[in-house]
Amino acid sequence: MNSVAHLSWFARHEFRLAWREWLAMMTGGRRRRNRAVIGLLIFAAILHLPAYAVVSRYADLRFPLDPSSLIVLTATIFLAWALMLSQAIESVTRVFYARADLDLIMSSPAKLTNIFSIRIAAIALTVSSMALLLSTPFIDVLVYLGGPRWLAGFGVVLAIGLSAAATAIAVTAFLFRRIGPSRTRLVAQIVSAVIGAGFVIALQIVAVLSYGTLSRFAFLTSDTAARIAPALDSLLWWPARASLGDLEIMMLLLAASLVLLGVVMAVFAPRFADTVASVAANPAAVTQGRARAFRPGSRQQALRRKEILLLRRDPWLLSQSLMQMLYLLPPALMLWRSFSGTSTAIVLITPVIVMAAGQLAGGLAWLTISGEDAPDLVATAPLPPSRVTRAKIEVVLIAIAVAFAPLVAALIFASPQQAAVTAIAIVIATASAAAVQLWFRAQAKRSQFRRRQTSSRIATFAEAFSSIGWAATAALALTIPGAALVSGILTLVTLAIAWKISPRQA
Amino acid sequence: MTSQLSALAVRGLTKRFDRPAVDALDLTIRVGEFYALLGPNGAGKTTTLRMVAGLLRPDAGSVSILGIDALADPVAAKQIMAWVSDEPMIYDKLTPLEYLEFVAGLWGIDPRTSEQSARDLLVSLGLEPHLNERCEGFSKGMRQKVALAGALVHDPRLIILDEPLTGLDALSARHVKGLLQERVRTGCTVIMTTHILEVAERMADRIGVIAAGRLIAEGTLAELREQNGRNDTTLEDMFIALVDTEAAAA
Repeated sequence: MNSVAHLSWFARHEFRLAWREWLAMMTGGRRRRNRAVIGLLIFAAILHLPAYAVVSRYADLRFPLDPSSLIVLTATIFLAWALMLSQAIESVTRVFYARADLDLIMSSPAKLTNIFSIRIAAIALTVSSMALLLSTPFIDVLVYLGGPRWLAGFGVVLAIGLSAAATAIAVTAFLFRRIGPSRTRLVAQIVSAVIGAGFVIALQIVAVLSYGTLSRFAFLTSDTAARIAPALDSLLWWPARASLGDLEIMMLLLAASLVLLGVVMAVFAPRFADTVASVAANPAAVTQGRARAFRPGSRQQALRRKEILLLRRDPWLLSQSLMQMLYLLPPALMLWRSFSGTSTAIVLITPVIVMAAGQLAGGLAWLTISGEDAPDLVATAPLPPSRVTRAKIEVVLIAIAVAFAPLVAALIFASPQQAAVTAIAIVIATASAAAVQLWFRAQAKRSQFRRRQTSSRIATFAEAFSSIGWAATAALALTIPGAALVSGILTLVTLAIAWKISPRQA
Repeated sequence: MTSQLSALAVRGLTKRFDRPAVDALDLTIRVGEFYALLGPNGAGKTTTLRMVAGLLRPDAGSVSILGIDALADPVAAKQIMAWVSDEPMIYDKLTPLEYLEFVAGLWGIDPRTSEQSARDLLVSLGLEPHLNERCEGFSKGMRQKVALAGALVHDPRLIILDEPLTGLDALSARHVKGLLQERVRTGCTVIMTTHILEVAERMADRIGVIAAGRLIAEGTLAELREQNGRNDTTLEDMFIALVDTEAAAA
């Protein structure tokens, strides 16, 4: 096989792996390829409806736009780029640590620089394909209503996907060199978790501090932003101009992204092998310092202590907690500002907090209930399964209480009634999330957390609807109590349906 | 009264998946005995032991552990039993000492007793330099040793091991065998499955051979030789002959 044939063969292998991994993600590891593809097509078709609702009014937009619209469009594109960067960092980290595969590649007589160049390109294309898939309904609607000039949007999505992947590879490789392989995994997980949300949260913080509102558009559409924005011919507006149909600029952006990716491949592909070797050579021996004495306590206490210790040492939880805390920063700031004012916007804090609690509780409940690394040990321990489950749920409640008690306590000073409603809603949202995990329990390793949302689509939706439902109920309880009753009943019905169709019930 | 004298008494134990995995199995293991359960892949060894350990509910039959009905009172049975699987299941983010503290806590052992016992066990298994390191960087052999220490820390009277020597180097395997024999000397009963027939030959008081979910031969090495009609044959030869005969009969 000549080198070109060899490279194309390896590229096919990479895409096959990427496709199967994606399929496994979509089907929860079950062999349902056709159903996954049909489901995806139906989902993409249905997505045209919300896409129509969101973008149809912008179909006639043309350059030059007013400064506020231009800023909002550019910020939206930047947010998309940040989210793709986040996904790409996660993909790159996974590739670095997939040792079984890398051992095989590195022990083969293939030229590693070429092999890793293809792997980098595969990451870039995977990230871009995903983005293209999600953006297609929106671009379709714009093309249908506004003409073919909107097709340039596909080029923009591809350009930001390629540049995000190139940046992710550079960032991860830089982290490897600066902080070593054992810490890079943790830092990369945290960075990828917070990077997408960071931009929105920063906008919200500025909005809270400047305008007393949680709306992220407040700052973007403000006179201040329009005043400091550069002139219309600035490079900053290129992505917006390209997406509005400027083909020349779109081609330039695409070319720049390809050059960036090419440079990253040329610089980092030869070093990939060293990096991978350093991962393999450093199996991360983490020492816990001096051992403390064994502690007395009941069997449930032993279980709770173990769960809490594992949660404290869980990198996913660390990154998620950080993200939740970041999400809570704007409402916390708003809460702080409201002490000196009479703003009624403070009511908005409650649904944000309840939603965050529900989401975090879902993750925690999966980690404690389903993510058990030693199921045989716990199953052969001399205590009934019900007590094991109870101890695990208690841990979720304790963790949520520790995370959200300070916010509820601060709310007491602003509005005791709101604090009470928020606290009750947090408890209900947490209990609901734990219940969903119990009904859809599927034993797995904690390291499989990334796939938890694909093991059961119903559980994922039930968890999300429950969090949203209880958040809405809490907000309505503070504003329109009658409507809260309806919202609460609807949320309970959602949970009842989830229970009815869960494997526990079947 | 027989069940009270036995460490393990299994009667008519049955489990079906798509085919019978364990087929009305009767098995009696005496107190203080080192019993090796042998059989080809898919013979039903692990299924049998998982049912005994309470990890799998049998379709039919009874399991008595030192006189305790394990199906009627699983908590009492589990209190005096330990299970070690071939795939060491430990927590990556805990150190060996933390893992053993957790296991001792689950079995309700006084920490003043269990702490010293845990240290002694880990030291005897050669893990002293790693007592305070998280298990995530451990090799399979080291993980297996931590899991074994976890099984022994609550001082069980019946230890069930499914392929415990898989992944261990020669020195570690010797440590493990030494520990198990020491436990047997103090009156503990050990049931072990293994594919390493020399280990069974050298360590076991009695050997059971299982095929297609049924016990096809049982006894001491001498008794098995007698059954086989040749005094100079090895366990490996006998095992292959027994399994071949069974396969031909099926």
